[in-house]
Amino acid sequence: MGTALIQILVFPGLLFLAVAGLAGEFIDRRLYARFQNRMGPPWFQPLADFIKLLSKEELVPDGADRGLFRLMPVFALTAVVTAFFYIPLWGTSALHAFSGDAIVVLYLLTIPTFTYFLGGYTSKSVYALLGSARTLTQLYAYEVPLFLAVLGPCLLAGTWSLSELTLFFQARPWALAANAAGFVIALIALLGKLEKVPFDIPEAETEIVGGAFTEYSGRFLAWFRLSFDIEMITGASLLAAVFLPFGLGLGFAAGFGLYLVKILFLIALIALIRSLVARLRIDQMIGFCWKVLAPVAFLQVIVNLVLKGIFFS
Amino acid sequence: MPDFGNVQIPVGPQHPALKEPESFLITLRGEKITAASVRMGYNHRGVEKGAEGRTYTQDIYLVERICGICSHSHGTAFIQAVEEIAGLDVPRRAKYIRMLVGELERVHSHLLWLGVAGHEIGFDTLLMYSWRDREVVMDLLAAVSGNRVHYSMNTVGGVRRDVDSALAETILKGVDRLEEQTKYYIQVCSEETTVIKRLSGVGVVTHEDALRLLVVGPTARASGVARDIRKDDPYLAYDELDFKIVTSDHCDVYGRTLVRLGELMESYSMIRQIVKNMPDGPITVKAPRKIPAGEALSRYEAPRGEDVHYVKANGTEKPERVKVRAPTLANLQAVSHMLRDNNLADMPIVIAAIDPCFSCTDRAVEIDRADSGPRDRMDWGRLRAHGIDFYRSRGVDFTELNRSLTRRMKKL
Amino acid sequence: MIRPGAMFGTLIASVFRKPATHRYPAARFEMPANFRGQIGFIAKNCIGCRMCMRDCPADAIEIRKVGEKRFEARFDLGRCIYCAQCVDSCPKSALEATDRYELAGYNQDQLKAFFEAAPAPPAASAAQAAPQEEPSPKEPVPAPDPGK
Repeated sequence: MGTALIQILVFPGLLFLAVAGLAGEFIDRRLYARFQNRMGPPWFQPLADFIKLLSKEELVPDGADRGLFRLMPVFALTAVVTAFFYIPLWGTSALHAFSGDAIVVLYLLTIPTFTYFLGGYTSKSVYALLGSARTLTQLYAYEVPLFLAVLGPCLLAGTWSLSELTLFFQARPWALAANAAGFVIALIALLGKLEKVPFDIPEAETEIVGGAFTEYSGRFLAWFRLSFDIEMITGASLLAAVFLPFGLGLGFAAGFGLYLVKILFLIALIALIRSLVARLRIDQMIGFCWKVLAPVAFLQVIVNLVLKGIFFS
Repeated sequence: MPDFGNVQIPVGPQHPALKEPESFLITLRGEKITAASVRMGYNHRGVEKGAEGRTYTQDIYLVERICGICSHSHGTAFIQAVEEIAGLDVPRRAKYIRMLVGELERVHSHLLWLGVAGHEIGFDTLLMYSWRDREVVMDLLAAVSGNRVHYSMNTVGGVRRDVDSALAETILKGVDRLEEQTKYYIQVCSEETTVIKRLSGVGVVTHEDALRLLVVGPTARASGVARDIRKDDPYLAYDELDFKIVTSDHCDVYGRTLVRLGELMESYSMIRQIVKNMPDGPITVKAPRKIPAGEALSRYEAPRGEDVHYVKANGTEKPERVKVRAPTLANLQAVSHMLRDNNLADMPIVIAAIDPCFSCTDRAVEIDRADSGPRDRMDWGRLRAHGIDFYRSRGVDFTELNRSLTRRMKKL
Repeated sequence: MIRPGAMFGTLIASVFRKPATHRYPAARFEMPANFRGQIGFIAKNCIGCRMCMRDCPADAIEIRKVGEKRFEARFDLGRCIYCAQCVDSCPKSALEATDRYELAGYNQDQLKAFFEAAPAPPAASAAQAAPQEEPSPKEPVPAPDPGK
């Protein structure tokens, strides 16, 4: 009981994730700045933002469902932290593992998006309403390619458990090459999930102010922002576990270092992409996801099925 | 059954997409804009009235502050009108220096616009890079005039600062660097998929509509209307320079981007010609403090389009009437036309694409109708009483509201 | 050629370049030679023609006579728009545009710059022994120190 509590609250749970999330936000912002030939914020900036938001007054708009409005940030945070426990990080087994946890993780990662929607929907502001509508619309665009992309490796390994999946690829690292297209698709879909350029449509500040979070302030906004940061770590961990599961048997110290390198690499990729391109329009985004990403992801699934039939049956 | 399809969203007076207060009321069906209305007047500062109460020398600095970006344009347009009334023959060197600052200002304004456009489509990298390079031209302007904003180069009868050969070298060097960077931005804007996707086909104003809506400046030139005051009605010494009007037949925001980038390249060549052909001589002539009675209209091609100043003098130290028509006023009418049938996501870039300057635009017009009898003006006291009554009749009592707020403040 | 990520090369190169960010206030700015900063007053040159007051668009200058051919100046830095028209208007070069630009302060008093009149010549000072209508402060009010 005591160990479980420490695991949930301290390591690798909430505290570790919060630190990693804030550090991840710093690295993302710093790299983004360096790509733009700027200096970027100092290392404590995300923490300072977080503390400042905590100290601010929180306002609940008139007519909003007070309970729902306050609950949503907590829900978002809980969901992303929970999802983290089922992902194998530096070993071949996750903290908790069971057959089918890949699906659970994907669904847990969907919950934050729904909380953004519900939080915005209950804010009674046109900007928030439009932002939440866009959040949902975007969800239906990137979710299918993301699921299909993760499905590919799962089919190859013949398992729905992330831990077994890593075991499978640990034994045959060369099989990872088959998933290259899936990796790119999952990375792009992750950008949509994290609402980062080119898919920051739900919170495009020049169009709809703050999107779903327009009415959020103080503590609640701080939780939401923290949940975004942690979602980035969780999402990157999922990608690392599914598409980059190599070097997992190195023991804790080396394995943890390698895990951090992988996460850093993914965050750097995210920062690079978001400084490379302009924001897409929602119709262009949906078109891109369904006409480009989804067919390629589907092709990946078929290729993996064929490979499975040839090599691993 | 209520209509859930139409949502009205207010954009402004305070909105992240707008750099200045202005109100656009946008009606949406889903993400499509079905109607848009523009409401101005949030930035009325009484500049024209203020100009009537100041001397011509003081007015130069007042008029310059109509706009922070095209301050030289407004200043020069005003001073040209004054000099025309006074019959002053401005030295050629002064004209060249005015042109030099004018073109540097255009470069600065267009680079600024490029960054803003990048920001509006969520491409902050373009913003950071173009504003980094804008620093070069800002420093050049500071070297020429002394300050980065509000160059204050004009005085009645000439300019206040001379350009020596060392400065000319600096300018040429700076222009070389800017040209190289601008070529890069042209390349980026014509290659980057997401930029092209976001800009083309957005905010369309056809050639016919452009003529009908009387748009000016790069907005008009992007619809194939080859109008440029520097060519059509040359002022200063623009007839001595070799340049061409940059136009585009894209008719959309992408066209406006290309036109502005093309004008940057033209401006660089013009700056080189100005520096090379700069005549010797004095930079100012003696001007009288009292300007003889008369009136003049002056046109100037500001970075955003045609800027018109009208000055009426009555033989004293102060003008009798100053009228300013900023280019944004001409273009603003077209915005609601451009917005229709576009996506909400395109609203910021469509508004930004005319390079609006709302505080330049706001003027008050008092219409004196023949049948309305004697004019009725309200003083402060009556205006206040009218305001209180107006809201009371609609069920809002600010007196009560103020009291309850005071009580709440005391409790805290 | 239309392609996504057209700025890729520049972005990667930027990581290895010095950031363009200027480290103000750690690194100071150098003002151009023509810079129009806070207006300075050279009391001994002033003849009290008040041309500067007349031409000032912002009504920021006050020149007062404190004795025979002796004038003191007050500048309202909050009103001043730093156009330096007064410098051009002055027929005797009693005003100059300095390169001081960090003029913000924590209170209104810091926005008032006062320049004492030139010391009276010995002969004149005896004649001027009678108390002035408003004694001027001994110390000139300093312009806000940029370093603070």
